[in-house]
Amino acid sequence: MADLSGGKYAAYIWPAYGVTALVFAGLIVSSLWHARRWRGRARRSGGR
Amino acid sequence: MVAAPAFLANPERFMAFSRWAAPMFGIIAAVLGIAGLYLGWTAPDDYQQGATVRIMFIHVPAAWMSLFVYFCLGVASLLALVFRHVLADAAAQAAAPLGAGFTFLALVTGSLWGRPMWGAWWVWDARLTSVLVLFLFYIAYIALRASIDDEAKAGRAAAILALVGLVNLPIVHFSVDWWNTLHQGASVFRLGGPTLATVYLWPLLLMGLAYMAAFGSLWLVRIRGEVWRRRAEAAVLRAARA
Repeated sequence: MADLSGGKYAAYIWPAYGVTALVFAGLIVSSLWHARRWRGRARRSGGR
Repeated sequence: MVAAPAFLANPERFMAFSRWAAPMFGIIAAVLGIAGLYLGWTAPDDYQQGATVRIMFIHVPAAWMSLFVYFCLGVASLLALVFRHVLADAAAQAAAPLGAGFTFLALVTGSLWGRPMWGAWWVWDARLTSVLVLFLFYIAYIALRASIDDEAKAGRAAAILALVGLVNLPIVHFSVDWWNTLHQGASVFRLGGPTLATVYLWPLLLMGLAYMAAFGSLWLVRIRGEVWRRRAEAAVLRAARA
């Protein structure tokens, strides 16, 4: 079974996983937003 | 190996390929990431480091990717400089924010691992300092591109900066061999094979592949965005001239 408590080091382990999740979420959202934004503009301006 | 870049150098072929490859890499990253995290969290605590060994599964792949992405940035910059290929320039531009993100993660998770193990959030040893310099190269690349209005000039200036920064990659990798550092030496990619216990090696390799697939997916998405941006701006210019 997975031990999710982290024991006495939880104060270091969970922030490390938290910041990793946040950075990944930021990279995913910004990448998709950037692509969607410019795809829309390219189509509206006739740039395919 | 040479055929793949040549095939993808055509923007139309690249857009057709990346349309299905980007989500496919994303799915692979999610599956490998879930498997790696499961194995990592069910592995026993390390006899010396205790539960902090779990930080390794997110810290080490981020550190690997910080070097790999910069290498990709350097190769794309070289191709953009030599052949003036628009897609290579877009690939370099798209890689920089991703590499900065991975390097930031390597620094922050390394600090959170170092505090309980070394008793310090940060030490100015060769490995940590050279990774910080790598992060600054990413930031400088992004800032330089953003500071020059002429896209061609911005691309060339940033490409030269990226090539200069390639010198730092062997320094980061070999820093633990060339100098006495608090940071441990290589334990996976080393002559004589990995020294890491199998119970930690497998989840680490799975997480490494997950990070690699995630980078592949996000890089393709960002390059697609760059291609559309350049097409939209070219269309606006054409309309203004008409």
